[in-house]
Amino acid sequence: MHDMKSTTRAGIDIGGTFTDIVLETHGERFTSKLLTTLNNPADACMVGLKSVVQQAGITPIDVDLIIHGTTLATNAIIERKGAKTSMVTTRGFRDVIEIGTEGRPEQYDVNILKPEPLVPRRRRFTIPERINSTGDVLHPLKETELEALIPKLDKAGTEALAICFLHSYANPMHETVARDYFAKRRPKWFISISSDISPEFREFERFSTTCANAYVQPLTSTYLAEFDARLKTAGYQCQMMMMLSNGGLTTVQTARDVPVRLIESGPAGGAIFACDVAQRLEIRKALSFDMGGTTAKICLIDDYKPQTNRRFEVARVYRFRKDSGIPLRIPVIDMVEIGAGGGSIAQIDTLGRLTVGPESAGSAPGPACYDQGGTRPTVTDANLVLGRINPTDFAHSLLTLNTEAAETSLMTHVANPLNMSPISSAYGVTEIVCENMANATRVHAIESGKNTNDRTLIAFGGAAPLHICQLADKLDINRIIIPANAGVGSAVGFLRAPISYEVFRTHYQHLDDFDAEAANATLVKMEAQAQSTVKLGVSPNTKLTTNRVAYMRYHGQGHEIAVALTNDPLESNVAHSLKTLFDIEYKVIFGRNIGTIATAEIVSFAVTVTAEPDAVVTMPSSYTVEHSSHSTRIAFDSAMEEERHFTIVPRKNFLALKSVNGPAIITEKETSVVVSSIFKAHAMPSGDIELLRTGKRTLAKKTE
Amino acid sequence: MEELEILRKQLIWNRLISAVEEQAQTVIRTAFSQSVRECGDLSAGVFNKRGQMVAQAVTGTPGHVNAMAICIEHFINKFPVDHMKPGDIFCTNDPWLSVGHYHDVTVVTPAFYHGQVVGLFANTCHIVDMGGRGLGPDSRQVYEEGINIPIMHLARDGIVNEDLMGILRTNVRNARDMEGDFYAMIACNDEGTRRLISILEEFDLDDIEEVGDYIIQQSHDSIRTAVRNLPDGVYENEMILDGFTDSIHLKACTTIEGDQIIVDYDGTSEASLFGINVVMNFCIAYTVFGVNCIIGHNVPCNAGSINVVDVRAPLGSILNVERPMPVSARHVIGQMLPDLVFGCLTQAAPDKVPAEGAGAMWNPMFRGGPTAVDADIFASSPTITQDFDVITFNTGGTGGRPTLDGMSTTAFPSGVRTPPIEAIEADYPLIVWRKELREGSGGAGRYRGGLGQILEFGCKDGAPFSVAAMFDRTLAAPKGRHGGHNGAIGVVRTDDGQRLKSKGRQTIPYNKRLVLEMPGGGGYGDPRLRDPELVRQDALDELITPQTAQEDYGVVLMQDMRINQSATQEERSK
Repeated sequence: MHDMKSTTRAGIDIGGTFTDIVLETHGERFTSKLLTTLNNPADACMVGLKSVVQQAGITPIDVDLIIHGTTLATNAIIERKGAKTSMVTTRGFRDVIEIGTEGRPEQYDVNILKPEPLVPRRRRFTIPERINSTGDVLHPLKETELEALIPKLDKAGTEALAICFLHSYANPMHETVARDYFAKRRPKWFISISSDISPEFREFERFSTTCANAYVQPLTSTYLAEFDARLKTAGYQCQMMMMLSNGGLTTVQTARDVPVRLIESGPAGGAIFACDVAQRLEIRKALSFDMGGTTAKICLIDDYKPQTNRRFEVARVYRFRKDSGIPLRIPVIDMVEIGAGGGSIAQIDTLGRLTVGPESAGSAPGPACYDQGGTRPTVTDANLVLGRINPTDFAHSLLTLNTEAAETSLMTHVANPLNMSPISSAYGVTEIVCENMANATRVHAIESGKNTNDRTLIAFGGAAPLHICQLADKLDINRIIIPANAGVGSAVGFLRAPISYEVFRTHYQHLDDFDAEAANATLVKMEAQAQSTVKLGVSPNTKLTTNRVAYMRYHGQGHEIAVALTNDPLESNVAHSLKTLFDIEYKVIFGRNIGTIATAEIVSFAVTVTAEPDAVVTMPSSYTVEHSSHSTRIAFDSAMEEERHFTIVPRKNFLALKSVNGPAIITEKETSVVVSSIFKAHAMPSGDIELLRTGKRTLAKKTE
Repeated sequence: MEELEILRKQLIWNRLISAVEEQAQTVIRTAFSQSVRECGDLSAGVFNKRGQMVAQAVTGTPGHVNAMAICIEHFINKFPVDHMKPGDIFCTNDPWLSVGHYHDVTVVTPAFYHGQVVGLFANTCHIVDMGGRGLGPDSRQVYEEGINIPIMHLARDGIVNEDLMGILRTNVRNARDMEGDFYAMIACNDEGTRRLISILEEFDLDDIEEVGDYIIQQSHDSIRTAVRNLPDGVYENEMILDGFTDSIHLKACTTIEGDQIIVDYDGTSEASLFGINVVMNFCIAYTVFGVNCIIGHNVPCNAGSINVVDVRAPLGSILNVERPMPVSARHVIGQMLPDLVFGCLTQAAPDKVPAEGAGAMWNPMFRGGPTAVDADIFASSPTITQDFDVITFNTGGTGGRPTLDGMSTTAFPSGVRTPPIEAIEADYPLIVWRKELREGSGGAGRYRGGLGQILEFGCKDGAPFSVAAMFDRTLAAPKGRHGGHNGAIGVVRTDDGQRLKSKGRQTIPYNKRLVLEMPGGGGYGDPRLRDPELVRQDALDELITPQTAQEDYGVVLMQDMRINQSATQEERSK
């Protein structure tokens, strides 16, 4: 049981490359960054925890809460290292997860790839049973049929089992009967049923989500149990909670039951970190921008809350394209991810166009300037040539960068084919990568019915601060925040996440003959389920809040819009006001009210129960103020499109300096904040850096 | 800086493609028709003032895209750009002026900036019901197929033309979906316009004429270069299709000379008496798509990329019909053109072209209720449903590829997706009893053809219903390439095994179901060169039988499904 007001908390974020640990105690923050120990991720965690506990001068028993996020589930799917999973489904529908939408992620390429299903055909079994869309049984399920499957499932070497029947969201009876039967006969199997994991209509997504859950469950369950035990042995008596894909926290037990909801919890921590920054600085409309080595992730934040979604794709196999991954229907923080990072490779295509990414040089061979065998130019090479990165002070000075190699690779692959100078081609590379990110952001915003131009950018991740002014120009944004502790942002975000749980259920209701009683019964059941999950993790007196949302559409449409409900029971006359709310919401998103020609319906409900979060703790900066000292360097200014003298200030000196006019570069161990000549940087008392626009970009005019 | 000019144009190019993508997303989000919102049967693009397409959304289906690109000039011929006013919106569904049948409606909106037209936005969506008989091949004249909207104002001053809407509402079965889709199409172009204006502002441009010319020229040159890289020659191919009453002979002669490419369909069968005929726009659309898949798949689609291929088809042939020939189910023939063209191109580029696939989609158009079924069946049936109309989009397998297996149940050349079964059953009294891969249907090959699927449809309580069949490849199979075997032919039948016709509306009696077995793709390369382990995997997954493994692939599997190495070696050396 845990009190949300606990004073000493540790956040652990295991990523693919780094493991980040953050400890906060009595208003102070301590951090540790280690290489992830891939064969046993808990090893690095234990070392890191020990380090922050020592830094803080406390003992393990003083830690009140540990919050953990891991890419374990994501990686198991990407690398296909999950359990031997079998699937039992309705007769006639063996191939739902393989057939998918029958679409292609790209029109003209005849050599596209489609994702391999997590459960191969040989382990997909069917059984006679059928329920229709209203939940009536068309063909009953017989126990003898279940019995007959046991030897086949045994022969398939089943470790985990996904039970996925058509229309089980409308009536879960057959799935629960099958689950109970198999659980009794084979207690060691990890069993997931689709009406539990994702009770929504659309069979492909529901089945796919259920299979993914089963696929990662044995691995996740074992890992969490072992890690929990190691913590206890090391003297950490407190509870551990897990970060979920939607930015909420839950107990280890719930995480073991629904591990598919752990997917993307690391990036979710990053978004929560940005939300926390937004709240501290009272930024009501923000855009978080997290750019690392291979990808960039962007999230819309309104009123300190990240945009959420119910659709997600993991393990995309074709250029990060939609419809090329495994669809999951789980509550997630809605982020666009594109193949744009420091390692993204630049090249000229057959049309003479400069393109950047999604192919990445990764860490091996890495960018050309690493001198580790890479010869193709990357975004990092371009930034080096532009003078934005100091070759002798990069990534904790672990590496000295070779500017000449960067220039040569740019010459060969970009500058010469386009008949440009190396510096122009380097600028071109950064322009294209920023353009890609800006376009993805805009398309994402339009899909959500939102704008980008009235937002404040919150930038973190190694590559983000290098490009932030260019991106802001393209999105017509005037204010940028580079938060303190951006390097361990996700782990800090974990400490800010609320304990919460979301339950989602398809429940068709046409507003013209709205049955309030049925709707209330469903909502009450959902709230009880969410509450009992949250209560596992909080003390009995903790105040819980409930959020209820109806997903609605005009009858005949296919895409639903979320409409917030109050917490009062729905009255039978509520239909009219719901319709009005929906019409308004629709007009906000699509600019036209078509309520006169169309009637509305409810498709699903979502109920989220949240434990009252902590009051925001303002952490003092961990930077010590030193005397102002700065130098200058020549670098390329994107605002004037020419080389300029940039003021160079180490971040630790910047607080004393208070502010600096662009062009300037504020240097850190892991990255540099590039301030173009139309921005001014301000040191905030909170330790964050604020960039404010002072002018408009002047594009170099044609020489006519 | 002069050298940054090129870069700037490339940035605007990217931006325009993004703008039309946003345009397409808007229509997907707001459309009523299942075909648009769930299936993606749409296209969206931006045009310069001369009516040339500059960018087009990646989303969309090729028949629309390329045909829409051609149709804009008809709009500006009738309503010259200089006379367009803010708030004007135009539309048409004339098959000969736009996309080949009444269901595909094109909406065009001029974009104004500082009081001047700076470009045109267009989108085409498949509207499920435009009156007449509904989608299907049974008409003898186009007049039976629905209502024709000549190029006209859909709105003036931003106010929708109520006269037009009034006529449409009373001519269709589902007025709400039809009208809702029109609004979605208007919203789609509005979004594009907003984006274009912000682009002009940011880059300080007056219009997109100059940058558009650059985009079109670069794309054009790229395709030309690709053509030049193919060996000169005359490459012929032909294909036999089921047709409606008589089989249809499609004939293509592709001539490559320098950077010129001509695809001539001379010798192709006369028009059909039924609605499976193709108008020239649609013929061009799928021909160009086929060519560009092989030689220019990375070239963004615009006026420059689609005007390289010179497409010719004799007037009056099934690929270039005149009014009043019926055209409703033109996809059945039109979507075979990429395979037909592939058969020519494989002679010029043998290592780049996949084997034949199912080609045209298998889209059963269902209708239920008293008016939909034969009178005698209605009279004797104990149950009947209310009236309903619904179409699903389904596919067979694609052909094996030069380095990859074909894709099972994947749309090609069409780009549409299938709706979820649970969505269909929630909205209509239809019940899908089976939707599974069709085992053994993929043609054997070093790279196996993709598998087709089996779909089984019934109605609630066994009620009778009817289906407008518009399926092909039930007589002649998709051909393998370079020694690969043919894919399986399609089958249309009831669940008790009674064969049905591949074309035309037919009643499925009380308590019977419709079964569609869709064609598999042809194989690519000699199956005896396929990695034996992959053959074993296919057998384990029951995509092929152990018998097929031995007979077609020369891989001998033992009882426990391990490979009998010596027997396999012997079998393969035969």
